[in-house]
Amino acid sequence: MDRRAQLIQIIQAVTKKQTVPEPDESLFDSGLLDSFALPDLVSALEREFSIQIPDSDLNPRKFDSIERIEAYLDSRS
Amino acid sequence: MSFIKEFGSWLPSRVVSSAEAGAWVGSDATWVMNVSGIEERRFADAGERVSDLAARAGADCLERAGLTASSLGMVMVASGTGERNFPGPACETAKKLGAEGVPAVDLPMASAGSLFGLSLAARLAAQVGPILVIGAEKMSRIVAREPQERGVAILFGDGAGACLITPDSGRAEIVDSFLGTDGTFCDDLTLENGAPLKMNGRSVILQASRKIPAAIRTICERHSIALPDVLAFLMHQANQNLIDKVADTLGVASARFFSNIRRYGNTSSASMLIAACEWSREVGFQPGQPVVFAAFGAGFNWGALLARGV
Repeated sequence: MDRRAQLIQIIQAVTKKQTVPEPDESLFDSGLLDSFALPDLVSALEREFSIQIPDSDLNPRKFDSIERIEAYLDSRS
Repeated sequence: MSFIKEFGSWLPSRVVSSAEAGAWVGSDATWVMNVSGIEERRFADAGERVSDLAARAGADCLERAGLTASSLGMVMVASGTGERNFPGPACETAKKLGAEGVPAVDLPMASAGSLFGLSLAARLAAQVGPILVIGAEKMSRIVAREPQERGVAILFGDGAGACLITPDSGRAEIVDSFLGTDGTFCDDLTLENGAPLKMNGRSVILQASRKIPAAIRTICERHSIALPDVLAFLMHQANQNLIDKVADTLGVASARFFSNIRRYGNTSSASMLIAACEWSREVGFQPGQPVVFAAFGAGFNWGALLARGV
């Protein structure tokens, strides 16, 4: 599975919705993600990609779309 | 070694329903309940000052403890809603309590101020004697400021809580505390002079949902205490959904986290001590049983404190 498909799967699991968001679509503005689901998304990213995201990186905007999450993951690789 | 001798609290009599609060931002009670778990909150009278609320909670605490204000070694008042930059509400509170000449210290820290106060008092009580820690907030003055934000105006209430820390004996021994501050996101929760409260709710929830469980784990691991063995968690009453999330993250039943946010809303630095006061009446410390306090607030400041019933 490529990384984008993996991200979509993670977002669907966290949001409990089968929606496939556009890569640049805001997960907050679309209503897919809310404040209380965001920590679950971050935890899922840490688990699935075997990374530890420091609290100083926890700017919600970094996780607001698939493209932004990909950019963050790229910055960590 | 320091001890928790007694708690006290004071809540205004005016009840503001979530139907009324929701209407300020074009919403209803159901939405407010869903996003916060708050059914109602209390608002103080327009003429009442933070120090009025603080002094009433402090007096309640002293009366229950059977101590006079003049025998205190220090008064600490945590508040993010003091009416002026200086002096803060601590000196007014001490005056209203009759604590003449007793040093009075302000902790202008929203939400986490009471926890920081307890931690500091536990370290100082052996040197100065009994310390009355008070958290008092008049949030109604703040949420009335225009423009009222949908996710902010409905959250808050007024109130005050107090805790007497003594160096000799009490209901519980204060075992240890962990405090943290990270200014990286200090602009995400602010109250500028005369301005409305600004909150980046996503950032606050994200940080709080990580830092509070981490602080609780740290303090428990230091003392080899398994989370299921904690009698009760007394946490800042920010939002019921956050309390539930912290409990879930720790793998602890939500019921172990005492909650009264449904009736009082988020009273910022006052909330943890108001909750502790109610919990102590309903359950109370048990000999040898650990109890964990925890809070998170603007700054960001956060921490946890471990006490054990005697």
